[in-house]
Amino acid sequence: MNLTLKIWRQKNSADKGALKEYKISNISEDMSFLEMLDVLNEELSEKGEDPVHFDHDCREGICGMCSLYIDGKPHGPQQTTTCQLHMRSFKDGDVITIEPWRAKSFPVLKDLVVDRSSFDRIIQAGGYVSVNTGGVPDANEIPISKSIADLAMDAAQCIGCGACVAACKNASAMLFTSAKISQLALLPQGQVERKVRAEKMVAQMDAEGFGACTNTGACEAECPKGISITNIARMNREYFSAIASSDNV
Amino acid sequence: MILDSKIPQGPLAEKWTKHKFNVKLVNPANKRKYDVIVVGTGLAGASAAASLAELGYNVKAFCFQDSPRRAHSIAAQGGINAAKNYQNDGDSVYRLFYDTIKGGDYRAREGNVYRLAEVSVNIIDQCVAQGVPFAREYGGLLANRSFGGAQVSRTFYAKGQTGQQLLLGAYSALSRQVANGKVKLYPRTEMMDVVMIDGKARGIVTRNLVTGKIESHSAHAVLLCTGGYGNVFFLSTNAMGSNVTAAWRAHRKGAFFSNPSFTQIHPTCIPVSGDHQSKLTLMSESLRNDGRVWVPATVEIAEKLRKGQINANDIKEEDRDYYLERKYPSFGNLVPRDVASRNAKYVCDEGRGVNETGEAVFLDFRDAIKRDGRNVIEAKYGNLFDMYMQITGDNPYELPMMIYPAVHYTMGGLWVDYNLMTTIPGLYALGEANFSDHGANRLGASALMQGLADGYFVIPYTIGDYLAQNSAERISTDHPDFKKTEQEVTQRLQKLLSIKGEKTVDYFHKKLGKIMWEYCGMARTAQGLTKAKGMIKELKKEFWTNVNVLGANEELNLSLEKANRVSDFIELGELMVDDALHRNESCGGHFREEYQTPEGEALRDDENFAYVAAWEYKGEGQEEALNKEELVFENVKLTQRSYK
Repeated sequence: MNLTLKIWRQKNSADKGALKEYKISNISEDMSFLEMLDVLNEELSEKGEDPVHFDHDCREGICGMCSLYIDGKPHGPQQTTTCQLHMRSFKDGDVITIEPWRAKSFPVLKDLVVDRSSFDRIIQAGGYVSVNTGGVPDANEIPISKSIADLAMDAAQCIGCGACVAACKNASAMLFTSAKISQLALLPQGQVERKVRAEKMVAQMDAEGFGACTNTGACEAECPKGISITNIARMNREYFSAIASSDNV
Repeated sequence: MILDSKIPQGPLAEKWTKHKFNVKLVNPANKRKYDVIVVGTGLAGASAAASLAELGYNVKAFCFQDSPRRAHSIAAQGGINAAKNYQNDGDSVYRLFYDTIKGGDYRAREGNVYRLAEVSVNIIDQCVAQGVPFAREYGGLLANRSFGGAQVSRTFYAKGQTGQQLLLGAYSALSRQVANGKVKLYPRTEMMDVVMIDGKARGIVTRNLVTGKIESHSAHAVLLCTGGYGNVFFLSTNAMGSNVTAAWRAHRKGAFFSNPSFTQIHPTCIPVSGDHQSKLTLMSESLRNDGRVWVPATVEIAEKLRKGQINANDIKEEDRDYYLERKYPSFGNLVPRDVASRNAKYVCDEGRGVNETGEAVFLDFRDAIKRDGRNVIEAKYGNLFDMYMQITGDNPYELPMMIYPAVHYTMGGLWVDYNLMTTIPGLYALGEANFSDHGANRLGASALMQGLADGYFVIPYTIGDYLAQNSAERISTDHPDFKKTEQEVTQRLQKLLSIKGEKTVDYFHKKLGKIMWEYCGMARTAQGLTKAKGMIKELKKEFWTNVNVLGANEELNLSLEKANRVSDFIELGELMVDDALHRNESCGGHFREEYQTPEGEALRDDENFAYVAAWEYKGEGQEEALNKEELVFENVKLTQRSYK
C-alpha cells in the first residue's frame, strides 16, 4: 500500500517543531507500524536526511518504550502498543498523522521522543515494599487468595508507556499511579506502608504537573494493557482514608 | 595465562557456605566510602544495584533506555525456576543442579551451577516479599508449571509476563534506593569504555544519548550487567537496543570472552514474514506444556498446505507427524531448546515445513482445548495467544500456531571466576553478560533465575572480598587515564561520523546477520565457518570505509548509536566464528554437522573439549589468543544426553 505520513519533526526540546509530510510506498500489511517507520528511515538515511527519531525497544509490547500519537489516538487505532500495531489496520491511500505524546510533564526531546522520567519519580516516591535483600519469610508462608493475587496481577501489568496521560484531556497520570498503588494495597506484603505510599505517590504525581481525573475514561479505553479505571477508584479510597488518619505528608 | 576459577575446595554442597565465610568483609561504616558502577538495569543490574545500595555502598546505575524498567529482562515470558519442591514431586537443589549441568551439555562449572540452584529458593522468597504477584492456586499457595529439560514442576510464573513482574520488583527495590539517595540513576546513557588505572577497572566513560556529552565516572568497582549479544544475528528475540558494546569494549581492555559461539536458538518463535522484519517474537516455551508440535507426514501434504489448498485442520490424524513425541517419548514436546530447534530444522529441510516460506512447524492446542476447555487454556496463555493474533492475523484457538526457531539467548559472555570477576580486577560481569552457568545450552526459566541470583545473592558477598582488599581512596575523573579514554571514545565517534560513505548502518547490520545465521547458526561446518570468517573481514573493511553515519555527536542521534554498536558486533561476529571453528565437537546449541551421532544428536568430545574457551584480545587486526579453563566434574558423570 501507499501512504502519506504527517510526522512531527522537532530538532530538540528548544525547537518549535512542525508537522512534515512524507510519501511512502510498497508497505506490506504484515509490517508492524514501527517497521513501516524503519522503511521510511532507511529511505531518509539513503538520501542523507535525518531519520525520524522515535522511542522503541522490545517490539513485543511489554517494555513500554514505544509511544506515538497516531491519528489522534495513543498507540493508534487498536488497543495495543504501537510496536504491536500492524499495517493491516490501515489501507492504501491513507493519510496518517504521527505526533509525540502531548503532555507538559512529558517534554519532547526530539521528534517523537519524549521524557517520561516523571513516571520514574512517582515510583521512587513510594511504589515499592521496603524490604532489603535477604531475611524475608518463605514464599508460601503467607497464602494469598487467588482472586486477590489475580487482581493485583491485573494492576501490575502496567508497562508505564504513558498512553493514559496522552489520552487524557487533563494529562492525568492517575491510571498509572493507581495501578501501582492498587497492586501493593491488595497484597498482604504492601499493608505496612499502605497509607504513606498512597500519600507520597499522589503528592509526587501532583508535583510533576499531571492533571486531575475527571472520569472521562479515555485512559482505560486507550491502555494497551487494559488497566481498569477501578484502580483509580481504589486509589482515591486509599488516598482519602490515608490523609484522614495519618500525618505522613 | 592460567585461569583460576577460584571454585572453593570441599564437597559441592558446602562450597558456597564455606566461601561466604571465608571472603573478606567491608565493615558497615566503611561501605559508604566505596563507589560501585552498575551498567545495565535488567534483572542482574537492578537487583545488584539495589542490594549493594541497601548494604551501604554508593551506586551509580546506567542504562541506555529512557527508564531502568525497560531493560529487556522485561520481555521474558514463561517463568523462573527454583528448587522449592512445593509440588512434592521429587525436586531438590541437587536435581536442579543436575538438570542444569546436563541441559548445558556438560560445559558449565559444577560449583557455579550448584550455587545457582542453592540460591534459587531465596529468589522466590525475595520476590514475593517485594509484592511480585506470582500465579497462585485456589488455596492461596504458589502455582508451578513445567519447562523443557526437566521432569518436575519447578517453574514459578506470573501469567506469561514473569520477566516483567520480576523486573518491576527489582526496579522497585532500585527506585527505593534512588529515593534514599544511595543510587544515582543515569538513563539514556551508554557506556563507551572501561577506564583502567594501574591494571584495575576504576570507572567508565559514557555518552549521554540526548546531548552527546562524553563523561567520565570514577568508582572502586564496575559491574557489567549488560545482557547478551543475540543481535549480532540482526534478527533475534532481543530488544532492538540490546548490544554487546559494553562487554566488547571491556574485552578489548583485557577481559577474556568465553564460548562466544554458544548461542541459543529458541524453538518457538513467530516465523519471519518478509524482508522488512526488524525483530522476532518469542512464543513462550511454557506453551509446549499443552501445545503439540507437528508437521505433515509427507512432503505432498506440506506442499498443498503451503499453496493454501488445504488448511491445518483438514489434515487427518494419521497424516500428522508429532515428531518430538515420536522421537523422544519420555520428554515429548518438552525436550530442551537445542533439541527442539534442531528437529524443527530437520523436518523443514525435508520439505515438510508449513508456512509460505516452508520454514515453520505447527504448535497445536486443539487437543488441549478439547481436554481442558478453552477457558483453561485462555487463563494460562491468553496474552500469548493475543500477541500471536496481533502479529500474524491468525486465531490460534482455531488454527494451530506456526512457529520456527530464532536466536534468543547467548550462553557465551565475559569470562568470570566464582566471584563473578572478569580477568580485569575490579570488573565484574553478571547475568547474561557472563558465561558461567548455562554451559552450551540454557534450560527454559533459568535466565531469570541466574540474573537475580547474581544480583541479589552472589555479588553482595563477593564484591566485599575485593573492596576490602583495596583502598577506599577515590580517583578524580581528571586523572590522565580518564582523559585519555575520553579522547579515544571521542575519536572513535568522530571517525564514524567522518566516513560519509554510501551505505546505511542497517545495511551492514543485516548483512552481518545473514552471514551469522547462515554459517554460525543452528548448524555449522568447518567449511562454512571458514568462508564466513573471510566474509566478515571484508564486511568490516567495507564498514569502516563506506558507512554513512548521519548528523553530529552533540544531539540525539540514532544513526550514530547504531553505528557504534554495529561496529562492535562485526568484531564479535569474527570471534564467534573462530570459536565455533576451533571447537571440533557438537555440544548443546553448538552443532557442528561433522560431529553427530547416527541419530543426528550432538556428539561431544569430552576428551579434547571439556573446557571453557576464553579468548584474549591481542590488538587491532590480530588473531585472538585461546586460553582454556579445564572443566572438572567431581559429582556428575558425563554421558551422552538422552531425552528419549
